[in-house]
Amino acid sequence: MTVDFSKEVDYVANLARLSLKPAEKERMAGQLSDILQTARRIQELDTTGVEPTSHVLDLPAVLRDDVNRPSLPLNRVLQNTPRPEKGFFRVPGVKDLAHSEE
Amino acid sequence: MKLYEHTAAELSRLLQAKEVSSVDVVHSFLERIGLFDPHLKAFITPTPLMALDTAAEVDNRRMRKEKMHPLAGVPVAVKDNISTRDLRTTCASRVLENYVPPYDATVIGNLRNAGMPLLGKTNMDEFAMGSSTENSAFFPTRNPWDLSRVPGGSSGGSAVAVSTAMAPLALGSDTGGSIRQPASFCGVTGLRPTYGRVSRYGLIAFASSLDQIGTLTLTALDCAFLMNLIAGYDPLDSTSLPQDEPDYTDCTDPEVKGLRVGVIKQNVSAGFDREVTDAVLKAASLLEKNRAEVTEVSLPLTDYGLGAYYLIAPSEASSNLGRYDGVRYGYSAEGSSVEAMFSRTRGEGFGSEVKRRIMIGTYALSAGYYDAYYLQAMKVRTLIRHDYEAVFKNFDLLIGASSPTPAFKIGEKTADPLQMYLSDVCNITDSLAGVPSLSVPAGIHSSGLPMGMQLTASPLREKLLLKVASFFEQERDPLSLRPQLELSEGGSP
Repeated sequence: MTVDFSKEVDYVANLARLSLKPAEKERMAGQLSDILQTARRIQELDTTGVEPTSHVLDLPAVLRDDVNRPSLPLNRVLQNTPRPEKGFFRVPGVKDLAHSEE
Repeated sequence: MKLYEHTAAELSRLLQAKEVSSVDVVHSFLERIGLFDPHLKAFITPTPLMALDTAAEVDNRRMRKEKMHPLAGVPVAVKDNISTRDLRTTCASRVLENYVPPYDATVIGNLRNAGMPLLGKTNMDEFAMGSSTENSAFFPTRNPWDLSRVPGGSSGGSAVAVSTAMAPLALGSDTGGSIRQPASFCGVTGLRPTYGRVSRYGLIAFASSLDQIGTLTLTALDCAFLMNLIAGYDPLDSTSLPQDEPDYTDCTDPEVKGLRVGVIKQNVSAGFDREVTDAVLKAASLLEKNRAEVTEVSLPLTDYGLGAYYLIAPSEASSNLGRYDGVRYGYSAEGSSVEAMFSRTRGEGFGSEVKRRIMIGTYALSAGYYDAYYLQAMKVRTLIRHDYEAVFKNFDLLIGASSPTPAFKIGEKTADPLQMYLSDVCNITDSLAGVPSLSVPAGIHSSGLPMGMQLTASPLREKLLLKVASFFEQERDPLSLRPQLELSEGGSP
């Protein structure tokens, strides 16, 4: 059974917040179908009752002592942001202001 | 012998005996970089002035008879996905082209504390996603054995730097073969340590349950020196192993008698290049001749490893790379809404392989597909771990090819991602199981290219791998395994 990815590309690209050009979408649909077809082979294996491995280590959750420690100064934290503003990260409006002012 | 021709262990000895200065050593490697890197392109950001500063400081401290680390003054190259404070760290991506980390990775702190001059940050596949270093957003790196071929990847720049004596030692990272496969393509020794043995703090994340920092070196002993410096518990990495680390340099007594060795059937496959399999089988018979117990062993789930890996790694990547939205750091596009800005930033910033993996991962994690893809892949990972646990009850060491073929041509696999993924097929299950895995040179192919052999042991038995590597070095001097660069010194190619 082949996996047809062309219908999924727009949906998945939107979930991933990834804008793709039409040519990229077309190429990707074919390549992803191939890759997923190979990956799907794992579905042949019977995994009834098998616990999933999210991590290979048998370590307990690591907690540190609840004490204050110095963190990076604000100017270091902001040194890589393209749009610093008064000690904050600036982003486009989340709310549609024109709409909410009505 | 020129200084750049020495192993790191020998440089360490010469420096401690004050027969040479670190400034001289660094100059020797910088000269090599100046000659060869314009053709090979192993470095994204060379740091000659920083290297000379550190070298001069180390020389002064040594003059003052301060107690120094054995690697003090020995220079090193570092893959460009390991964070260096105040030095740009790009991951070979447009997204991080101008990113300057405000802090050091733990391993970088280790190198600095030891007084190791940093020669530069090395080229790689973007975000370590790839097997050829062709996915670098800046330029491909060339294989020094044949300039028309790839060096492997993703740690291609680090492998080339070591194989051509542009650096005596290098750090790389390995998620699904990214140290071992380029080590085999370039004819050097590449170690992926046990997951959790070397701190990942400051390694820019690709797939967190698989990513591991490791070494590219000329010899097992050089690897041991570097492991002594970087292995160990780190409170800043919650997946760091608490066990004490051994002295890895105690690896040069290569006794293989009685060692139970399994030749992995799937990794000497009939589908592989015949000479590659023959080289592995020849090495196996050499072990047998020295009274190791060698038998064939099957890891039947190896055939499913690729599928599980190409669901798990992209799933983790799609989540980890969610942070590149153009707000806090990295490339940023304009957009009238937050969503438009995020989507455009990511669409314009990422290269095609990174986009492919984000798409696969997002798909595998999305509602309706999660159970069939991601969850099933994690269960298969459990089965693979059980396979390894069972095999290690009867074997100390597993061996097989590091990659099905020697280095392939630049451009040969770029149009077919699946073919590219298959060049890591020998490396992936060790990554999924979290066990230590070492690629060592296994001879020269009739094409003139180096071949690699992968040695695998149970968790935390890196030292066994290094001992066996030392055994093979007795047979084949690693210093003789260097590409004959046609670029003559002072001349042009």
